[in-house]
Amino acid sequence: MSWFADDMPRPVPHMDDAAFWEGCAERRLLFQHCAGCSTARHPPTPICPVCRSSATQWREAPAHAEVYTYTVIHYAAHAAVKDRLPYVAAVVSFAGLSGVRLVTNLTDCDPGRVRIGMPVRLWWDDIGDGQYLPRFAPLEREASS
Amino acid sequence: MTVVRGARSRCCIVGIGQSEYTRWGGIKDRSQFQVTAEAILSALDDAGLRPEDVDGLSSFSNDSNEANLMQVALGIPKLRLASMVWSGAGGGTCGSISLACSAIESGRADVVVAYRGLCQGQGKRFGRHGQGRVNGNFVDPFGLMAPPQMLAMIVQRFMHLYPITAEHLAEVALNARANANRNPFAVMHDRALTREDYFAARWIAEPLRLYDCCLETDGAAAVVITSAARARDARSRPVEILSAVQGSGPGWGSGALSGHNMPDADYASTNCRALAAELFGSAGLTPGDIDVAQIYDHFSGMVLMALEDLGFCGKGESGAFVASGALRWPDGELPINTSGGQLSEAYVHGMNLVVEGVRQMRGTSTSQVADAKTCLVTGGLGVAPSSAMILGRNG
Repeated sequence: MSWFADDMPRPVPHMDDAAFWEGCAERRLLFQHCAGCSTARHPPTPICPVCRSSATQWREAPAHAEVYTYTVIHYAAHAAVKDRLPYVAAVVSFAGLSGVRLVTNLTDCDPGRVRIGMPVRLWWDDIGDGQYLPRFAPLEREASS
Repeated sequence: MTVVRGARSRCCIVGIGQSEYTRWGGIKDRSQFQVTAEAILSALDDAGLRPEDVDGLSSFSNDSNEANLMQVALGIPKLRLASMVWSGAGGGTCGSISLACSAIESGRADVVVAYRGLCQGQGKRFGRHGQGRVNGNFVDPFGLMAPPQMLAMIVQRFMHLYPITAEHLAEVALNARANANRNPFAVMHDRALTREDYFAARWIAEPLRLYDCCLETDGAAAVVITSAARARDARSRPVEILSAVQGSGPGWGSGALSGHNMPDADYASTNCRALAAELFGSAGLTPGDIDVAQIYDHFSGMVLMALEDLGFCGKGESGAFVASGALRWPDGELPINTSGGQLSEAYVHGMNLVVEGVRQMRGTSTSQVADAKTCLVTGGLGVAPSSAMILGRNG
């Protein structure tokens, strides 16, 4: 069972971002880096905006990140999210990966407890057909209450 | 007599037109295309011009009312400019006018109509998942599917970094509604909104509540732009375009509408800082010279950021600025969104704000700022490119 319902829109890889999704299929969170100057960038683009090299490397991100910002979403913009309402969409950033932020979900957390700066850990959501998506949960399990 | 400030003659808006504005799905008897064409005819009539006089059509991204079809529908014999400004949704509102000015000043066109028709009841609702978004792969599978959710992210961080509270967001929404209550054409003209109503309303995407989000409506609006020389013959009072700019700071790309990878220093911003210097410099004005403003209010928090990014107050000071009553007509320091804006008049991707800016400079707004001589108008905020302009009262 994937975290959202099965009819949730899936990534439809194209030539410029396929390597990102291939990484996800192997449960590896790979971000595009310039092979020339090592600048990281996301979403993927074919040319380095710093040195204009088109040579790229894909390097794995740390499994830990922190919440850069977030929103608690209270309405269904698509039928597939109805059973998850309210849910948290978050932007996370990674130590040592300047220039890269990832839009994801924060799961296993009371939406009222989410804070900017909160440490989170990566988990892989199996959405079927061999594809996985990176979602995050609080690094420290919430104290059970 | 046309007032010419600075070294060159500036273009003027000589006609404004709009359809009726209704709630989403309210226009059932005509197509969006027809409603848009009628708004253009209305703007031309206001200017004392005919479709035969038009040789340019200008719009901005995602416009489905194509210029080539509009030419046929209106019987425009010769089109010399058919252009659309790139932008994230409403970002190009004033960009379409900037483009018109460029064409007129360079001799590529004489009379350009900038227009927008948006009947969400006949097309897609912007508050719902939309297919085909650029870099949609990086948002759709995570349930970040519509602008209120996407821009809530920016507002959340803005409120984290600076002393901005829900009370300040509420003030933007309440100001818009108070102005709409004076504007008989506003969708929310008859609907009062209290502070209690604001806080009792449902969450959309935290920190945005229902009244922090623009309306979903049906309607169209258009303006006619021509040279200062030709504007002297207009039927209605011409309004000078003192400055009109569009553009983006570095690294925005699909920005808040997708990967959220704007530079950290610009993240909690409208992406207007890079525009502001040119906007004011080109007009020879400073923020203190602006008498009234129409600031793109898709979401309340973005208006607060714009007040800072455009220099009406310092960084992080917009909350205190609006709490002082600065936005309120008639006595505030900077009355804004005097028609009710997109929170309470209608959501026409900002073209209704342009029309209201012209009314202020003509002296015909229902929340007229006394002796207003300058009006700043912005396009969509927190997207790339964005755009803005300053209008000036003529004479």
